[in-house]
Amino acid sequence: MSTLINGLCLGGIFALIALGYTMVYGIAKMLNFAHGDIIMIGAYAIITTLSLSGNTIAAIIAAIIICTVLGILTERLAYRPLRGASPLAVLITAIGVSYLLQSIAQLIYGAQSIPVSIGSFGAVSVFGLSIPISSLITLALCVIIMTALTLFITKTKVGIAMLAVSEDRAAAQLMGVNVNMIITLTFAIGSALAAFASTFYLMQIPSATPTLGSMPGIKAFTASVIGGIGSIPGAMIGGILLGIIEKFALSIPALAPYTTAIEFSLLIIILLVKPTGILGKKRREKV
Amino acid sequence: MSLLTVENLEVSYGLIRAIKGVSFHVEEGEVVSLIGANGAGKTTIMHALCNLIPKAAGTVHFHDTDITAVPAHKLVPMGIAQVPEGRRIFQELTVAENLRLGAYTRSNKKEIEQTRNQMYERFPILKERSKQIAGTLSGGEQQMLAMSRALMSHPKLLLLDEPSMGLSPLYVNIIFDMIRQINKEGTTVLLVEQNAKKALAIADRAYVLEIGKIAKTGTGAELLADDGIRRAYLGD
Repeated sequence: MSTLINGLCLGGIFALIALGYTMVYGIAKMLNFAHGDIIMIGAYAIITTLSLSGNTIAAIIAAIIICTVLGILTERLAYRPLRGASPLAVLITAIGVSYLLQSIAQLIYGAQSIPVSIGSFGAVSVFGLSIPISSLITLALCVIIMTALTLFITKTKVGIAMLAVSEDRAAAQLMGVNVNMIITLTFAIGSALAAFASTFYLMQIPSATPTLGSMPGIKAFTASVIGGIGSIPGAMIGGILLGIIEKFALSIPALAPYTTAIEFSLLIIILLVKPTGILGKKRREKV
Repeated sequence: MSLLTVENLEVSYGLIRAIKGVSFHVEEGEVVSLIGANGAGKTTIMHALCNLIPKAAGTVHFHDTDITAVPAHKLVPMGIAQVPEGRRIFQELTVAENLRLGAYTRSNKKEIEQTRNQMYERFPILKERSKQIAGTLSGGEQQMLAMSRALMSHPKLLLLDEPSMGLSPLYVNIIFDMIRQINKEGTTVLLVEQNAKKALAIADRAYVLEIGKIAKTGTGAELLADDGIRRAYLGD
């Protein structure tokens, strides 16, 4: 039971990151491999503002603002000039941005891990189980954020325009949708979600290194592919599934050392059985 | 001043010049047809007009505004809407959402609803299926949706690219009736069609496009009676 809650909690974090991958893929048609590093920058932003102000909420807000601005800037400076270029060029650029962000963090903060504590919440006991309050907060906020995002995408004019751009960019332009504006907005939302992910990540693992974003980044990417890349509910399902699998594998001593291998094997199996992922649709060829 | 004036338009795909200096104009209130065989460059012209693909040379004016370099999304609020070739409705969205996107650049909710109700009146099937995913509509229904979606922006000029493509004769008639109706209600229409007979019958004036150049022009009736046109495009 506590494994399940821990798994849901980790899954929520994966899902938040996976949403960033899947939305950018769906709308900008590119894999933003620097997305994991936005989480890392968010973590350092929290550490710095926390040490300056001592206020956790202020630190989280600062991280959201910094990540959002960083997401918009990387899109403007690195990816927009490559709009219409070959996907490989964009992919290599994304990897370049990833290394750039890691190197900048290392220059500023050094390569050693920096400890941080985002308040201590203790634990509550429910039905005789001790559950950390930080897990409950993470879980609740993940649910709220994902519900809000779903409502935004499906109910507002701009959200529907995002879906339209994702399905057919040229047709969306003919409706009067400013595609550049929608892509910028997508990066902003994805990066803001990454900032929440950094907060929850630091609650679970209270230290930061310049490569902190790599593993959750790759796992969330895996989650978005498992769920069906480009699909928003797919990213949520994929993330939560992967989080639960990770925590259950870790809780069984015989499997624990192979946890990561199990997760990536799942990716391979899904790709073999249903290459488009759980909720992925076959893209219709456009004439 | 014409509503739309295109001068010396040239479009290239790589080294190949697909459109080699095309000039034409559309007067307010007209239906103007652009006919030609497959590959003559009709759709290329439509895409270039809205800057979905770059122009190599030439100018485009809407009234007296130079819109040569105005991006597609800014043309919609100016009063230019395009129904692209192949309909390109948003398959994964509902009929109602498709219509809502058509009115993306308008902000007055009441007026938008009014226009939508007009569309529903014209095509009751769209109202019936408003909550349905658009991809589940038949080809003819999708064409109705695509045209209604374009009209949701309240355009002065409607660009129609191959509206009859892939439709049954029954729907072809419905669609051409609708074009006539839209025009009667005051919208100027530029129509690109392979179905030359229908396109000439409905047109005030028409242009015949042959491998990237205007080969002939005249009123719809003149071209329908032209021997060369009859042999090449009407199968007589």
